[in-house]
Amino acid sequence: MILLTAEALTMRFGGLVAVNDFNLHIEKGEIVGLIGPNGAGKTTVFNMIAGYYTPSEGVIRFRDSVISGLKANRITKAGIARTFQNIRLFSELSVIENVMIGYHCRIRSSFFGATLRLPLYRREEKMMVDGAMKLLREVGLEEVARERSTSLPYGKQRRLELARALATGPQLLLLDEPAAGMNPNETQELLELILRLRTDYDLTVLLIEHDMKFVMEICERIKVLDYGTTIAEGTPHEIQNNPRVIEAYLGEVQRA
Amino acid sequence: MDPNHRRNQLLSIGGTALLAALLYAANSAGSDYTIRILNNCAIFIILAVSYNLINGVTGQFSLEPNAFVAIGAYTSALLTLTPMEKEISFIIEPCIWPLSVISVPFAVSLLAAGIVTAFFGFLMGFPVFRVRGDYLAIVTLGFGEVVRVIANNTQSITNGPLGLKGIADHTNLWWSWGLAVLTVFLIARMVRSSYGMAMKAIKYDEAAAEAVGINAFWHKMLAFTTSAFFEGIGGGLLAHLITTISPTLFTFFLTFNLLIIIVAGGLGSITGSILAAILVTWGGEALRFLDEPMDLGLFEIPGIPGMRMVIFSLILIFIMIFARHGILGTREFSWNWLSGKLGIGGRPR
Repeated sequence: MILLTAEALTMRFGGLVAVNDFNLHIEKGEIVGLIGPNGAGKTTVFNMIAGYYTPSEGVIRFRDSVISGLKANRITKAGIARTFQNIRLFSELSVIENVMIGYHCRIRSSFFGATLRLPLYRREEKMMVDGAMKLLREVGLEEVARERSTSLPYGKQRRLELARALATGPQLLLLDEPAAGMNPNETQELLELILRLRTDYDLTVLLIEHDMKFVMEICERIKVLDYGTTIAEGTPHEIQNNPRVIEAYLGEVQRA
Repeated sequence: MDPNHRRNQLLSIGGTALLAALLYAANSAGSDYTIRILNNCAIFIILAVSYNLINGVTGQFSLEPNAFVAIGAYTSALLTLTPMEKEISFIIEPCIWPLSVISVPFAVSLLAAGIVTAFFGFLMGFPVFRVRGDYLAIVTLGFGEVVRVIANNTQSITNGPLGLKGIADHTNLWWSWGLAVLTVFLIARMVRSSYGMAMKAIKYDEAAAEAVGINAFWHKMLAFTTSAFFEGIGGGLLAHLITTISPTLFTFFLTFNLLIIIVAGGLGSITGSILAAILVTWGGEALRFLDEPMDLGLFEIPGIPGMRMVIFSLILIFIMIFARHGILGTREFSWNWLSGKLGIGGRPR
């Protein structure tokens, strides 16, 4: 079953074409990587899928409905959650509150019901706390649940952002450089975590990453962007041996 | 969730009872002057706590409370004045129907003030939340002025610059403090709910809030409209306290005072807003002795009118130097915090 399709996506900022004629199909359950040199347009693709940009041209479909043009919060509710390249937690809030917020978009209690703490809201609040605790256990942060989110070390902040994204109940997870700034140990743990979450939560993952070892190991399919254009697509093995990819990353081979 | 829930509930009830006892004492033994200051304190608590909801909790820096207070004050005053009083007051142009014949009890007029102001806040929210940051401040400031100008010029509704006189002095300690407690209770509950958490999320990072499915626009509208509702009630109380209102009462200076209160108290902290509201309202009066001549034994200071404002400003400057995020920052009072401080314990969570 195809979960997400992007057809002929183009994004222009004034005269600059950031992404040109981008096409993507993601099957349910896949882990797909999006790689390319800096400035290739990877994050722009993410921002279009997640609703931060409206594509200049092209259509994005998620489970049979067109989502391009919807606002970010609607897209999250539809089942696409994301993390950010530069971690964006709610700084003054506690770790558990950061995750509980992810459930807010799913509660049925009205504003008045929540203020007056009617029975429905109390049940939902319990659901939020229990759910958030469960997710924190999942990513190994239950010990620090009451601490301030920004007091956590970098690697844990990344995992917290992941837990927060999961709280929205996504089917597709967009991870923008999840392993950035991590040491090899942490990267390995993250890899195992993502694989485990995929099975437990029935997830499909699209990720951007510069750590090639990580990408080659975790992704089933990779798409390579350079200057906004797709230059290659295939399995990790095919990508590693693709001359255009090598050229984009290392520069053209000079013939002697 | 909290094992001390029952104890805290009892303490809250006890605290409210204590407040009621104090008010009873003030009401029967206090001078008119004391009672007046206490009423002012309560009204400013209502205004500050509700203003803090949009500026502090949701982090949307706006400058419109004078507009909301004006709408609330005029609404409730026009509703409690008797048709006869209106006929006497409106000397240039008669009051329009049906306002000219309506007269309702005070409680109804306060509720109406809240609802009418909330409605105006709701309508105003659509254009103003298309912008953020400095632009939001400027646009809302503009709305505040617009309301004042309208009040000046709609002779047949507001009686123009002449204002409304002879409003019954219904506001007493029970009304003002009762509604202050209710306002604080409701807003604190709301801020603690997931809706309040979503509002805080918008303050810390709007893009990330959208990413977790929060509709930033609607949550801002919710905060703004709620804020307007309580500002309107505060305005109604104010009108029935000072008994004479005119457009000059609702200039930017009112907003500015409230801004000082919420910033000094700590943006986002309800407790801070309450403390600062009391401090500013009561402190402004308590410092009055500074304007009088003083005999310090060795030498004598002649009375310098306005001296208290100099000292008051200095106090504010010191607060901002030594407590950059206001007296309380974003912290809140809780019974758990107090029992922890006193070392009385209670069960750990």
